[in-house]
Amino acid sequence: MSAFLQTSFHGARRRYLIGRVFLYVSAALIVAWSAAPFLWQFSTSFQLDRDLVGSAPKLWPDPISFDHFINIFVAKSFHRYLFNSLVVAGLTTLLCLLIGSIAAYALARLNVRGRFGILGFILAVSMFPQIAVVAPLYMLASQLGWLDTYRILVTVYLALGLPFVTWVLFGHFRTIPSSIDEAARIDGAKPLTIFFRIIAPMSLPGIVTTGLLCFIASWNEFMFALAFTSDIDRQTVPVGIANFTDLHYVPWGDIAAASVVVTLPLVAMVLGFQQHIISGLTGGAVKE
Amino acid sequence: MPIAKTMTHADLAPRFKLPRWRLGPFVLVVPALVFVGAVSVYPVLLGLWLSLRNTTLSSPEDAFVGLANYQQLLSDGGFWNAWIHTIEFMGASTLLETVVGLGMALVMSERFLGRGVVRAAVLIPWAIPTVVTSKMFGWLFDGQHGIVNYLLRSCGLIPGNLNWYGSPELALPTIIIADVWKTTPFMALLLLAGLQTIPRSLSEAAAIDGASPWKRFWSVRLPLLAPSLLIAALFRALDAFRIFDLVYVLTGGGPADSTEVLSTLTYKNLFSALQFGYGSALSTTMFVTEILVAIGFGFFLLKRFREVQL
Repeated sequence: MSAFLQTSFHGARRRYLIGRVFLYVSAALIVAWSAAPFLWQFSTSFQLDRDLVGSAPKLWPDPISFDHFINIFVAKSFHRYLFNSLVVAGLTTLLCLLIGSIAAYALARLNVRGRFGILGFILAVSMFPQIAVVAPLYMLASQLGWLDTYRILVTVYLALGLPFVTWVLFGHFRTIPSSIDEAARIDGAKPLTIFFRIIAPMSLPGIVTTGLLCFIASWNEFMFALAFTSDIDRQTVPVGIANFTDLHYVPWGDIAAASVVVTLPLVAMVLGFQQHIISGLTGGAVKE
Repeated sequence: MPIAKTMTHADLAPRFKLPRWRLGPFVLVVPALVFVGAVSVYPVLLGLWLSLRNTTLSSPEDAFVGLANYQQLLSDGGFWNAWIHTIEFMGASTLLETVVGLGMALVMSERFLGRGVVRAAVLIPWAIPTVVTSKMFGWLFDGQHGIVNYLLRSCGLIPGNLNWYGSPELALPTIIIADVWKTTPFMALLLLAGLQTIPRSLSEAAAIDGASPWKRFWSVRLPLLAPSLLIAALFRALDAFRIFDLVYVLTGGGPADSTEVLSTLTYKNLFSALQFGYGSALSTTMFVTEILVAIGFGFFLLKRFREVQL
């Protein structure tokens, strides 16, 4: 009996160890697979063109060169795309948070009739394929004289971002006990006062994370920016990078440098807000 | 005002004479609804109307032509070509992303040292702009100097350089690889959230009963995860159906139309040929297809859930 227990104990222990090794190998593979392409882009951005087209790629840049970074700003005016993207994504995020959080507050905590109908409508609309609205919006924008403006991009991104912001913040606001509003209402506070002085400050982490996700989405958007802007004074970063082709060859080094410039801040923000982002992205996905 | 159909805590609480705002709350939702309506609902209706006209921006042509655009579409070889590529892309990427994403989620749901690092690392592909992803894979898979060719050659897996996205046979697979890299992490995080709602005790009880890890996964966790898995796959499929950025930037639909998908075909008809009538017929067709898929899937899910409950 005791011999049997011992062998089964050893067997279990061996199986446990094999499982652990398997787990760590898989985890390492996941990290390598996720990070390697960007790390290669990072290394590329510091290499000289002649090293990039050499017979064997160098994993580590030698010599380290900043030519590509200088090139994208001096020759390709990359800072103008960056500025446009900052304006568009920044404005979109602020307006999206303001309009979306107030709507979410009303839907979550005030007696709005047919609130689930409204939420369902917003969700359904958010699933419309964007290609189905780009042509009509182009015609409208051209009639209004809004082509090549920040206005048109902000308006479109706002409509794309609002469903997401409203839904996520709706979820957040529902978790706050309703006794808090009631107390404030008894004290005579108006709904918007309650929202701005009590509910919004209480949900600040959620609001910041939602804003970050909204910013990333606007920063990364390509199709509308491509269709609605043709002037470098209004084109955003994705359009700029997509158009980075010289006449006779593809400037992979410059492209890599531009990729690093636009992606590093995003990656830094995402890693900083990691925990919140994961819960923000997946919060609505499953019923608790 | 009658008590609202959905009872909130406020309704159940002892009634003080709280002031109630009648029209007030709805006003707060109006700005959001106006934006969403103006930029989504109205344009979709306008697009439907455009699809029945022969509007061409490069000429004064703009007349009602009924269903002529849709007739043209059915006999358009380019449309069916793009249709097939879209379905191929949608099927392959959804399947791969669901399977690989599930694998990643299972790893991330275990407790081990450095789990935080793994969860952070998978967010990198997700955060990178799709246009950057396209260019990045363009460089990785470059036919002459790409590092993927170099690595495969060094391992002796391929005799010479492959012209990945420059050849009609390999271009679509290359795009699928890029999309799997970019989107699987999101899938993994969704499935991870689903896995975490399944009580650990179930799996542990099965382990005590002597179930192997595979058996525990296949007979305990997978069935419980099925609803999350199906919904995540549906959303992914709907999203894959409209793929645009990756294809447009990496191959532009080429070589020889071998990666042309519905979105890029529509975009070219709209903004290169300026055929707003025909282009709108294409985009409306995509829209209707998505609605049908979503409704069909909705019914399938409802049926499944009813069966489970019975």
